[in-house]
Amino acid sequence: MNPIQMKKSKYSRLASLRSSVCVSAMALTLSQVATLGMNGNVAAAAVQTINGAGATFPYPLYSKWFSEYRKVDPSLEINYQSIGSGGGVRQLLEKTIDFGASDAPMTAEQMAKTQLPILHIPTVLGAVAITYHLPGFKGDLRLSSEVLAELFLGKITKWNDPKLKALNPSLAASLPDTFVMVAHRSDGSGTSAIFTDYLSKVSPEWKSKVGAGTALKWPVGLGGKGNEGVTGLIKQTPGGLGYVELVYAETNHLPVARLKNRSGVFVAPSPHSVSAAAAAEAANMPKDFRVSITDAQGKDSYPISAFTYLLVYQRMKATQAPQFRKFLDWALTDGQKLAQPLSYAPLPAELVKKVKEEVAKIQAVQAVPAGK
Amino acid sequence: MRREAHLGDRIFYLLLNGVALSVLMLLGAIAWQLIHLSLPAIHKFGFGFFSSTNWDPVQEVFGAGPVIFGTLVSSGLALLIAAPISVGVALFLNELAPRRLAEAVGFLVEMLAAIPSVVYGLWGIFVLAPFLRITVEPWLSGHFGWLPLFRGAPYGVGMLAAALILAMMITPTIAAICKEVFRAVPQSQREAARALGATKWETMRLAVLESSHSGILGAVILGLARALGETMAVTMVIGNRAEIAASLFAPGQTMASVIANEYAEASGDLHLSALAFVGLALFAVSFAINSVARILVWRLNRNRGRDF
Repeated sequence: MNPIQMKKSKYSRLASLRSSVCVSAMALTLSQVATLGMNGNVAAAAVQTINGAGATFPYPLYSKWFSEYRKVDPSLEINYQSIGSGGGVRQLLEKTIDFGASDAPMTAEQMAKTQLPILHIPTVLGAVAITYHLPGFKGDLRLSSEVLAELFLGKITKWNDPKLKALNPSLAASLPDTFVMVAHRSDGSGTSAIFTDYLSKVSPEWKSKVGAGTALKWPVGLGGKGNEGVTGLIKQTPGGLGYVELVYAETNHLPVARLKNRSGVFVAPSPHSVSAAAAAEAANMPKDFRVSITDAQGKDSYPISAFTYLLVYQRMKATQAPQFRKFLDWALTDGQKLAQPLSYAPLPAELVKKVKEEVAKIQAVQAVPAGK
Repeated sequence: MRREAHLGDRIFYLLLNGVALSVLMLLGAIAWQLIHLSLPAIHKFGFGFFSSTNWDPVQEVFGAGPVIFGTLVSSGLALLIAAPISVGVALFLNELAPRRLAEAVGFLVEMLAAIPSVVYGLWGIFVLAPFLRITVEPWLSGHFGWLPLFRGAPYGVGMLAAALILAMMITPTIAAICKEVFRAVPQSQREAARALGATKWETMRLAVLESSHSGILGAVILGLARALGETMAVTMVIGNRAEIAASLFAPGQTMASVIANEYAEASGDLHLSALAFVGLALFAVSFAINSVARILVWRLNRNRGRDF
């Protein structure tokens, strides 16, 4: 391709991009289009860029938010790199980014690394689904917390174990005489952290032997890299059992187990049952939202649910704070409507109000203090 | 000579000098950064780090024993499989095959080296692992189950799968270098062997292989270096569990794969530092192994120079 051709194709790509923007803008009213165009022209010189990085789990939703929000406020450009929760926290503490994102709240140890107050803004909820591969087993597998812990501890090794049969009385006959092949995440992951946080709450033995964290010393099983690695292991091995993010399980139509929650009800994971868990725990939510909502109260609650957070310094640059505050308000209202189509669980209404109060705490300062 | 040189030549000379030096500086910077990052782990665990077998990020206890074991076993086994095959391939291409065929096969073998490792990994997950699980591993445990090597549940993924994938990945590397090594053997030696009445096989053995020992060793060691550092394909098929198991069916973890797996989400300082320490060890080992291999190949070339 010679340079002239390259230039041409670049322009035509730009043109097609512009036309696609136009098409989506036509959904707005005419007056909005007019102001949008004007704002775009006037503000083009003064686009404010805010950089963030962190959790991979909410990345599809966040990138949708950031691009949608450009239609609301064209003068704000938010860049986000999904480098993982651990990296998000690290980079926030090193101040290489303006905001971080994490699937787990920051630990006290991490918070102690800076004197500057950091706010945790819950954005949506995620959940961990238990998926399995049992040829010939028709119906939903039912699991209790004790049995789940024993499976992952390697104490239940066969699918036709009496404890599994007792939980699935009507399907007991179709539970095969095959070994359970446990699959877990090999890469450090917020999904593992949420899952093991749950197991540590419901099983004292798990808590003392393994504990909770993003990377663990697993008693049994094989490790797969990423949700797709775990799914690959399970799909290929009859008798496979593992855990993946709910979004991943839903978009790939994986079979998921119903889990017995604290009220004794077997609940399937879904955006609805996950939001229900947050709603049930909303009343005794600590002020800073640094809380685990696994093993939640309430009869509709799915027990392995968790918040995912944006992490921001309470004192932000004056050039950024007002616009970013507005963006967060938008994410908590209009943005929430974009969550469910992407299989994320939106925040329950009673919580949105509280989180908005947290957002209002973000202050604008002339210069961000360097205190570390 | 340089005194007469053009200004342009001088600038070009300095420029290339700078480029060459920058590579050395980069190497130094990587080493320095790794040492700097690993300092907390070095202070905490010392040399016990390499013998301890407990890798538990939750308790913040780190020992590299299992990942070193996994690296050595998977790479060693891969070498055992790949080295004879590669030498055979190189011999065939250089000594026996008609030129047309040799060129075509040689090209294809070198193409194997160009396949991205993630593709090898995918192939490992979707083709190799099920084949091992359904066919190879049950057969091995049926016939050789009395060996601890072939005991345990056949998962397909595990140490054996990792070693096989690695063997496939390093074969083109070793074969290509062996081919160069054999080509370096003076034609006069072959002709001398033939003149003494040697058969084709005797010619290869006496004239070619005999004088290529150190070159073959160098090629094998370069293959080993590639196997030690291979990350993606291994991570996808090894099962990723840091434990020392006697069985080849059991999952394992290598130095490279533990870094790839855990670095992105590691939030504890000690965890990060321990991973950097593993990286430093891998860096040092690869560096040493590469140096040995280069010296062996270089010695061969020097000897060849003397022959002429």
